[in-house]
Amino acid sequence: MIFAFDIVILIFLVVAALIALNVKDLLSASMIFGIYGFLICLLWAEMGAVDVAFTEAAVGAGISAVLFITTVYNTRRRSSD
Amino acid sequence: MITKVLATLAVVITGALLLYGTADFPAFGDPHSPASAGVEGGAPSISQYYITESYGDTKVPNLVTSVLADYRGYDTMFETVVIFAAGMAIFAILRVFRDEDDLEPNPTHTQGDRFIDGDHSRIIVGTTVRLVVPVIQLFALYVVAHGHHSPGGGFQGGVILGASFIIIALATDLGNALSRFSEKSYFTLAAVGILIYAGFGVLCQVLGSDFLDYGVLQKIFLTDGPEMARSHSMLGVEVGVAFTVTGIMFAIYANLSSRGTLKSGL
Repeated sequence: MIFAFDIVILIFLVVAALIALNVKDLLSASMIFGIYGFLICLLWAEMGAVDVAFTEAAVGAGISAVLFITTVYNTRRRSSD
Repeated sequence: MITKVLATLAVVITGALLLYGTADFPAFGDPHSPASAGVEGGAPSISQYYITESYGDTKVPNLVTSVLADYRGYDTMFETVVIFAAGMAIFAILRVFRDEDDLEPNPTHTQGDRFIDGDHSRIIVGTTVRLVVPVIQLFALYVVAHGHHSPGGGFQGGVILGASFIIIALATDLGNALSRFSEKSYFTLAAVGILIYAGFGVLCQVLGSDFLDYGVLQKIFLTDGPEMARSHSMLGVEVGVAFTVTGIMFAIYANLSSRGTLKSGL
């Protein structure tokens, strides 16, 4: 566990979370959420939890980003009723 | 405005309390913390047992897999069932069987580009995907098959294998992916996965032991002792988990992207 590396990842993590919350475009928000997933994966790998990091890379950053984008593509800005 | 200020205040106070609570945590990786060493005067910690004994018990170098698939095999079986239930819920909520489509067609979809070669605007993406997908699938199978010796296992390998079909659907067309991995086959695969997992449990019962007590399977695997039988059984149940996860991941994508019609995907 390298302390300086930890701090850098955590700062990026907070920045990515804030951007994902504040950005107007839902597509960009889901892409940034994927970045957030990869940063958490990096944090876990760095702490030695390689199995969890692997799962996070496959599920959190890979599949869930795809599912979010798929859902965003099927929504419209205005509601139909 | 006042609600925003109040909400921010609530978040800040909760965050401060949580940070204050973490001050009492033991240091990261501390061998004398209660979780690692057990309580003084009480029973010894179970993590100590796993660290020292699990290789001798199961001959599986990856501690995480031996805990998940053997010592806590019952938990993992129902985690797989939860994933299967999620796929069933997606099917029950989203899937529509009407022929006439009163929903608006998806504007991002262009008709008639089922095959990569016919559409020049997608030729770079299509060719790249065609080159990369076999490598991804091979890697997924490696992750499943090698999960008890290195990081990985059924969940991760299954997700990667499901993602390879999602990539085909994203790069070409949902119909193209469904012609390789149809609705019937992915739900069959998902059900067969759970059947494999539960089958290992029932097989142990048939041979006169407890549910998911793999050691007794040495009569079937013809190994020297119960340790290698447990190792082989872990590989077997990981394959079952991978089947279920592969099928359900693609099922969720296919139903979400086509609004349940399975016709015009993303």
